[in-house]
Amino acid sequence: MSILVIAEHDNTSLRPATLNTVSAAVVLGGEIDLLVAGGDCQGAADEAATVAGVSRVLMADDPALTDGLAENLAPLIESIARDYSHVLAPATTYGKNLLPRVAALLDVQQISDISAIESPDTFVRPIYAGNALATVRSLDAVKLITVRSTAFDAAGQASAAPIEMVSGSQEAGLSKFIGEELTRSERPELTTADIIVSGGRGMQSSENFEMLESLADKLGAAVGASRAAVDAGYVPNDYQVGQTGKVVAPDLYIAVGISGAIQHLAGMKDSKIIVAINKDEEAPIFQVADYGWVADLFEAIPQLEEALDSPSP
Amino acid sequence: MKVLVPIKRVIDANIKVRVKADESGVELNNVKMAMNPFCEIAVEEAIRLRESGHAEEVIVVTVGPAQSQETLRTALAMGADRAILVEADPAPEPLAVAKLLKAVVEKETPGLVLLGKQAIDGDNNQTGQMLSGLLGWSIGTFASHLEVDDAAVRVTREVDGGLENIELVPPAIVTVDLRLNEPRYASLPNIMKAKKKPLDMLTPETLGVDVSPRLETIRVIDPPARAAGARVTSAQELVDKLRNEAKVI
Ligand SMILES: Cc1cc2nc3c(=O)[nH]c(=O)nc-3n(C[C@H](O)[C@H](O)[C@H](O)COP(=O)(O)OP(=O)(O)OC[C@H]3O[C@@H](n4cnc5c(N)ncnc54)[C@H](O)[C@@H]3O)c2cc1C
Ligand SMILES: Cc1cc2nc3c(=O)[nH]c(=O)nc-3n(C[C@H](O)[C@H](O)[C@H](O)COP(=O)(O)OP(=O)(O)OC[C@H]3O[C@@H](n4cnc5c(N)ncnc54)[C@H](O)[C@@H]3O)c2cc1C
Repeated sequence: MSILVIAEHDNTSLRPATLNTVSAAVVLGGEIDLLVAGGDCQGAADEAATVAGVSRVLMADDPALTDGLAENLAPLIESIARDYSHVLAPATTYGKNLLPRVAALLDVQQISDISAIESPDTFVRPIYAGNALATVRSLDAVKLITVRSTAFDAAGQASAAPIEMVSGSQEAGLSKFIGEELTRSERPELTTADIIVSGGRGMQSSENFEMLESLADKLGAAVGASRAAVDAGYVPNDYQVGQTGKVVAPDLYIAVGISGAIQHLAGMKDSKIIVAINKDEEAPIFQVADYGWVADLFEAIPQLEEALDSPSP
Repeated sequence: MKVLVPIKRVIDANIKVRVKADESGVELNNVKMAMNPFCEIAVEEAIRLRESGHAEEVIVVTVGPAQSQETLRTALAMGADRAILVEADPAPEPLAVAKLLKAVVEKETPGLVLLGKQAIDGDNNQTGQMLSGLLGWSIGTFASHLEVDDAAVRVTREVDGGLENIELVPPAIVTVDLRLNEPRYASLPNIMKAKKKPLDMLTPETLGVDVSPRLETIRVIDPPARAAGARVTSAQELVDKLRNEAKVI
């Protein structure tokens, strides 16, 4: 068996979900090649070479690949994928955008967002917002898979694997990258944070979210949100946790003013410890919370900050 | 320009699904069905494009069982002009759906295909991207803003890091995210009018597409249950528990 993992990166470094995807490849077993396709992407390729489990880094360096446009990337991946038994990509917006296009070119039915591997052709994936787990067997010759990063640990580091150049990419002339508005933050990233403080509609405004940010900074936590909070404009879209936002599984998830709709639970119920702070004692979030505190968040959050400052008796 | 909108009939988003005792799938009998919420957003956007003069005709298409006609009628009541049912029971896998949609695109020659970014049953998030690959068209996924003119389709995409702006050469495929728009409700007169709008029936055979599955569902089970834990009544108690019992801070 030989596995191709498609690295997600920003040309200078790898995105963290790449490491979880490599771990899934290690579970499958076999030779692992890590493809770094980008423009001026030596930095990312060098980092890729040090990922534990990787036998070889394939580097495709071409201006057409700089911005990760699927139209330009897919034919390149198609041209090398047939040499492999499996092609894996992270189930991030990058992987979700790219891999199905490759699958169509290869005439393969992709398996999305796997959370476990039962055998080289059989995988578990959540469906219906995580309310059911389906085990599916692929009948295709090459398996194309996106990997849920919270279900696999991040791969560690090892001595450098060789880097080989691959060519054959072309500008498809179908699409153009114009620009991006990325959320800049000193806080840890949602999908890799050990602790997340998340706010919902109960926060009532973006100003009030500053309370959560201050609590998060005290805990070294990332800040997340429900869809309702994002829709209301309290925080940017990339804060959204849930079925249609990010899937997270930190050691500690503190849900503040979040009711616990199934679509929200889909994104966080695999967290190790869940704390819910909500003034409605009937709120469904309490059904999944390890520690539930029925309280008004506007009183509870300042008290919590204070309690964190004082040592335990 | 015509806009084609593939839509899917799924279990209503507000229903808690139940896994069947024989582990073959989830219970669909006597369960409320509805249009996939992302597809509603796609239909709404297409209608707005027609209303603003950027499109002449909105065609909705679904691949699914005969009952999916209801979902098509809902889209017609929202304002779509005509509908196509490709009858297949159960709805095939995304690759097969994409192949059927490719055949429909070749018949209808739309300038833009708008899809939901994911269906809330399979949660696959594949169909639009696959269709773009099969057609060799440009693709903009997870759109939260869309501008269309003759020369270009401009898409703002919701990505993990924030927002990304891209420009597509038409004809293009766009998959829509939640914040693109708020779909309208169909009014009663429009529901009545929708009954008279054209609805064509096709089959995978007439379109010449092989829809045999590539995946075998071995079992469908409940996820591990999470039990409710303890209640706390003060910040100090919570912090103590997190420090000394859960040991997570
Ligand atoms: C197709 C689809 C996809 C979706 N995807 C997602 C998704 O990815 N992520 C997601 O989160 N949602 C998603 N949703 C939306 C989801 O169904 C809920 O509407 C949403 O999660 C509700 O957000 P909320 O809990 O913040 O708001 P609400 O449900 O309004 O809950 C607010 C809570 O705050 C509490 N509260 C109010 N004031 C206070 C106070 N002062 N102190 C303490 N508590 C207070 C209330 O008691 C209430 O429980 C999706 C929905 C659909 C249909
Ligand atoms: C438990 C389970 C068992 C299944 N068993 C089988 C089986 O035995 N055989 C089999 O062939 N399939 C089976 N399926 C596949 C299933 O019927 C879905 O059609 C498949 O999961 C499609 O993926 P999706 O809807 O998640 O696509 P996504 O790619 O998430 O859908 C994205 C968008 O594509 C468009 N779209 C998707 N489907 C359609 C459609 N049918 N018509 C029009 N537009 C569409 C919509 O715009 C939608 O918003 C099974 C699925 C599940 C969950």
